[in-house]
Amino acid sequence: MTAVTSAISELTPAPVEGEPLVEIRGLRKSFGTHEVLKGIDLVVHPGEVVCIIGPSGSGKSTLLRCVNLLEQPTAGTIRIGAMEVTDPDVDIDLVRRHVGMVFQQFNLFPHLSVLRNCTIAQDKVLGRKGADAERIARSTLARVNLDDKLDAFPAQLSGGQQQRVAIARALSMDPDLMLFDEPTSALDPELVGDVLTVMRRLADEGMTMLVVTHEMAFAREVAHRVVFMDDGMIVEQGPPEQVISAPTEERTREFLRRVLDPTHVEPGESEPY
Amino acid sequence: MALTRRQRARTVRGLQYGVLVVVLVVLALVADWETISDRLLNPQIAAEQFPEIIQVALVNTVIYTALGFSFALVLGLLLALMKLSSVAPYRWLANLYIEFFRGVPALLVFIAFGFGLPLAFGVRFGIYMTVMISLGLVGAAYIAETLRAGIQAVPKGQMEAARSLGMSSGRAMISIVIPQAFRIILPPLTNELIALTKDSSLIYLLGLATSEYELTKFGRTAMSDTANLTPLVLAGLCYLIITIPLGFLVRRLESRSAKAR
Repeated sequence: MTAVTSAISELTPAPVEGEPLVEIRGLRKSFGTHEVLKGIDLVVHPGEVVCIIGPSGSGKSTLLRCVNLLEQPTAGTIRIGAMEVTDPDVDIDLVRRHVGMVFQQFNLFPHLSVLRNCTIAQDKVLGRKGADAERIARSTLARVNLDDKLDAFPAQLSGGQQQRVAIARALSMDPDLMLFDEPTSALDPELVGDVLTVMRRLADEGMTMLVVTHEMAFAREVAHRVVFMDDGMIVEQGPPEQVISAPTEERTREFLRRVLDPTHVEPGESEPY
Repeated sequence: MALTRRQRARTVRGLQYGVLVVVLVVLALVADWETISDRLLNPQIAAEQFPEIIQVALVNTVIYTALGFSFALVLGLLLALMKLSSVAPYRWLANLYIEFFRGVPALLVFIAFGFGLPLAFGVRFGIYMTVMISLGLVGAAYIAETLRAGIQAVPKGQMEAARSLGMSSGRAMISIVIPQAFRIILPPLTNELIALTKDSSLIYLLGLATSEYELTKFGRTAMSDTANLTPLVLAGLCYLIITIPLGFLVRRLESRSAKAR
């Protein structure tokens, strides 16, 4: 397994040279008096896969939701390609056209068929009509191995299938960047694999991806860079073999101990019985 | 001698049946059944009402209701969106409208548009226009509240997903949120349609040409002509032809959406 993984990593080396696709500077976000993001600096290069890990409440999802302005940042700047996302005059719909988002709860449109889920935004946003939109939707659904479910409705699909349709729906808009907000957290364990396989393939094809996840194995194998967040700040970042396998910060180590070995008991803590 | 609980329950139930039987027997003996059936359901007079009661009166009731409901739906949607607007004056206006038209009798609105406006301003509406506006204005107030609740019942993630795909908020509302809201509110909306069907009878107090008669006016006129209640009973039954299937539909829809949850 490790050999295969490293082979994939060699095929897709972290593309670091050149202009970053995403540039986040001094990003802050408060909800009322509660500051969730306390000054985030992060760059993502084209074709790079960045996994954001960290304890719940650390601001990972909020960071992701700021990137496509589902949350309005309190301070700081975000640039995607040539677009200043945080510029008050920016056409936010134009930005979002180039940024695909996949949610924890899938958020498929339950009143529309699988095919229509993947064509409606092409139709209404890009003005891509009928056969053209359908051809693209079919091909993205084939990429997530669901081209046999075109006429099904979301309620007829398993969670894993729904999440793959959600990925296809985002891909149908030809995004430059894909945001994944805990895409497997709402899935039954046996359905996680199919979704991760699709995401891994997407990464291998060179899609730029920003992934909030609790799947450490996925982060280790697929990410070019892992970012560990805690308490609204980036504590540590680097290649997965560094951050996950040999973290330098104590907070990272403690988090990984909990995640990788949930039954682990800290020395000095009382026995659970 | 004290009765056991079961004996007492049996006695009480026996008494209730006893009262029912006594009432029925007294009614059967005292009432003049021949006269009652002659004045209430006279077969000959009933036959005379056809086919006009269906071809004119029932059809007109359906048309008036459909006109009023369509207008109410459009105006109700507008009011619901105003109630959800981030611009406060729109919310106030919508609230004012809803409170007003839910609070005044529908009859008063019909009088205002049928007699009041022609008298005060000299503007006259045709009969279709009067029904549509009067019924629509009243219905919209109820539909607006229902629709607002339905729109708010659509999960927030739907709007977020649509916006994330680059849809404007208006586009997301039209293509994603409102179609789902309508599914949620189909049962209460059908109840509103039933209410409007009955309220369409209020038009009867305006002067109507024979060809414009709806069920209540038709029944009332024929009742006067024949000095018999039969036409009015028939008109009532015609309302039931519309409302009972709709009520049945509501219960089907409700049980279906309960299952889907």
